[in-house]
Amino acid sequence: MRIIGLAGRRLAASIPTLFLILIGVFLLLQLAPGDTVDALMAQMGGGDAATAHELRKFYGLDLSVPAQLANYLWHLVRLDLGFSSIYGKPVATVIMERLPPTILLMTASLSFAFFFGLVFGVIASRAVNKWPDTLISTLGLIFYATPSFWFGLMAIVAFSIYLQWLPAGGFEDIGEVRTGIFRIIDIARHLILPTLTLGLIFLAIYLRIMRASMLEVLNLDYVRTARAKGLDETRVVTQHVLRNALLPMVTLIGLQAGTMLGGSVVVESVFSLPGLGRLAYESVIQRDLNTLLGIVFVSALLVIVVNFVVDLLYARLDPRISAEG
Amino acid sequence: MSDAPVLSLEGLSVLLPRGADRSHALNDVSLSIASNEILCVVGESGSGKSMMANAIMRLLPGEVGIEAGRMMFDGRDLCTTEPAAMREVRGAGIAMIFQEPMTALNPLRTVGDQIAEMFRIHTDLSKAQIGARVLSLLEDVRIPNPRAAAKAYPHELSGGQRQRAMIAMALALDPKLLIADEPTTALDVTTQAQILKLIRDLQQRKKTAVLFITHDFGVVAEIADRVVVMQHGKIVEQGTADDVLNRPAHAYTKQLIAAVPPLTAPPPRPLSSDSILTITNVAKTYRTGGFLGRGARVTAAVKDASLTLPKGATLGIVGESGSGKSTLARCIVRLIDPDHGAILLDGKDWAKLPRDEIRRETRHIQMVFQDPFASLNPRRKAAELVAQGPIVHGTPRAIAMTEARELFALVGLDPSAGDRFPHEFSGGQRQRIGLARALALKPDVLIADEPVSALDVSVQAQVLKLLGELRERLGLSIVFITHDLRVAAQVCDLVAVMKDGEIVEHGLVADVFGRPQHTYTQALLASVPGGAFAREHQAAV
Repeated sequence: MRIIGLAGRRLAASIPTLFLILIGVFLLLQLAPGDTVDALMAQMGGGDAATAHELRKFYGLDLSVPAQLANYLWHLVRLDLGFSSIYGKPVATVIMERLPPTILLMTASLSFAFFFGLVFGVIASRAVNKWPDTLISTLGLIFYATPSFWFGLMAIVAFSIYLQWLPAGGFEDIGEVRTGIFRIIDIARHLILPTLTLGLIFLAIYLRIMRASMLEVLNLDYVRTARAKGLDETRVVTQHVLRNALLPMVTLIGLQAGTMLGGSVVVESVFSLPGLGRLAYESVIQRDLNTLLGIVFVSALLVIVVNFVVDLLYARLDPRISAEG
Repeated sequence: MSDAPVLSLEGLSVLLPRGADRSHALNDVSLSIASNEILCVVGESGSGKSMMANAIMRLLPGEVGIEAGRMMFDGRDLCTTEPAAMREVRGAGIAMIFQEPMTALNPLRTVGDQIAEMFRIHTDLSKAQIGARVLSLLEDVRIPNPRAAAKAYPHELSGGQRQRAMIAMALALDPKLLIADEPTTALDVTTQAQILKLIRDLQQRKKTAVLFITHDFGVVAEIADRVVVMQHGKIVEQGTADDVLNRPAHAYTKQLIAAVPPLTAPPPRPLSSDSILTITNVAKTYRTGGFLGRGARVTAAVKDASLTLPKGATLGIVGESGSGKSTLARCIVRLIDPDHGAILLDGKDWAKLPRDEIRRETRHIQMVFQDPFASLNPRRKAAELVAQGPIVHGTPRAIAMTEARELFALVGLDPSAGDRFPHEFSGGQRQRIGLARALALKPDVLIADEPVSALDVSVQAQVLKLLGELRERLGLSIVFITHDLRVAAQVCDLVAVMKDGEIVEHGLVADVFGRPQHTYTQALLASVPGGAFAREHQAAV
């Protein structure tokens, strides 16, 4: 129960941060030339100054910057994210439509990176400085050093164009209507390449952390105690080393949730996935301030939620946390 | 008493990797342990005694290998036993207790679970049977409230309780041989006495053979039936405890025994009537954790301590870990700000000086720290470390460096050693560098916080002797903090006994140790390992 209290306090502490971020983004976008109305007018193929003035008045853009900001924040407090002039829908609706692909992509990439990072890290640390370790570490370095957009493009070239195994982009096949299990399989097929592309960099990070932390734990006294008890190597690793070595990995998940959201902008653009990342990119281009602020808000919430879960998980894994408070 | 040997080592040699300081960790070691016998292996750090324990368990580090010899246990040679068969011997046939009870238990699993693991891997007992056995084991090692202890995580137990849990785990399957690698070194003196008694009791009841590794002849005198003395990987002497302790044959054994500090104080020296340092009612309270005052823990580390240090004298502060002695020392040099109280040094109230003035005045009072490995910056040369203080206080660099070299000679190091890095020195030499660093500012008062606790007994004796000489030559006044009553008896003129942040007794060493008034002081004195032996030894000298 103490843990929930602790995590709850941390949650409360993140609310001012959230507002600071929103204000910062709002002011930054004021520096960019042009506004929503300019973008709208450009889409319509131009118009006279009077129409532009009317539109600005309609969207409340003729007010001073502090008044606009206060207006926005006042709406936000009532959980109203505002109206997107570009999409012609409330921002909340636009974001909810785009959220599932991103959440799916993030969860899949994170699980992929975490699971294989863990497995490869353990294998590498068990054969330290032998060929499996060298191979895994070298591959990890390559994954880490290669930009993800290039990986994505090469994956499309190899698997979609040459081999024609997997679709090159999109979230699902729009050619035919599928339901139930077939739709799930279809979406999964579309997500394989983006997941791999986004996950590989994180896989490289996780495997290095896991390897280092395994090597450190393997040298600790209680591992020697475990061996002196007559445990075989497999049990030493599974029962005494693994859980201790996992602690830094779990910390890393919380830290990287934000990075992963950033990475999804690139990957969603490469694979033309209708996700949050691409929506963010589009709303910057179209000066759709409301949508962009909404995305920032939702992303920040997402990161806070992930960190909250990580805190709870950490307390489950390490009994010392609850004692020290 | 001696039956057939449980374990016998015959000409065991263990090869160290190339580039080590010697070619063999163990060189032609032969010994045997009978059931119902405690064999103490004594030696200083680096003598190969822990390596021997690891060799018997076949838990040597990868690059270290057994070169020759046999280890006969239970009718088979452990040197050639298959790994799978060896795993059955570990834990069930030969069990082991380690030095650090803090780190030898997995922090993420309960104590009961870790003891139960012994049964799970070596027996087919049911879960309920295992649970009952774990409880009875914890009762055997006299842990208070065994049921709660089984469910506790290691960090929830004290050091002594953890070591009891380790012993319970080691004795779970009634092994024929128990290897105890310095099991009491990390413990307080009263806890140490209890654990030694526990090991002795259990050993007699279960007729286990015990291989007890230690560096402390006091512990040997307390517990050993037979003694093996090791130096540089070789056995230099072995025999019954009585023979080795009272009639040592080898020069090295004699030297080790002579280095054991006696518990009785040397004749008191005349003390100056001027006091250089007076502390009155110093208190320090720690507050940890808590959010808006909720759930905060308040620890009174030092409660109203008052002491006087006469000019040129040594004041010992003794106590167990957590007694507040280190906090008091840090308050005196203002590494920590005391909550209230006065610290008068040369008429100035040190406790109320502002920060920047402290920095200027700090050359009058200097500190020597416990860990000679961690307290020197590994990236700087020894001479720079020593000269740093004077340079900060305005001495030109060239002069400071020359003085540093003179100081090296003063503390018994080669002046050319100043160009070497700390890791190139041994522990004793590093502590000499630490002393030179403290002395570089020509302080009036030296605060020594456990300066010899991390050192081997013979090195300890050298450093203590050096400290005595420096006190005479430089007219230093010393506050000497230690948990080792024997060391305090040897070097201090005055002594103060601390318990739970309070000074329970203080006065001349001969009075406090000779006629202790407070029950806690009496308990401390009674727990000193080998106390009886030390007194006889002292009488013989």
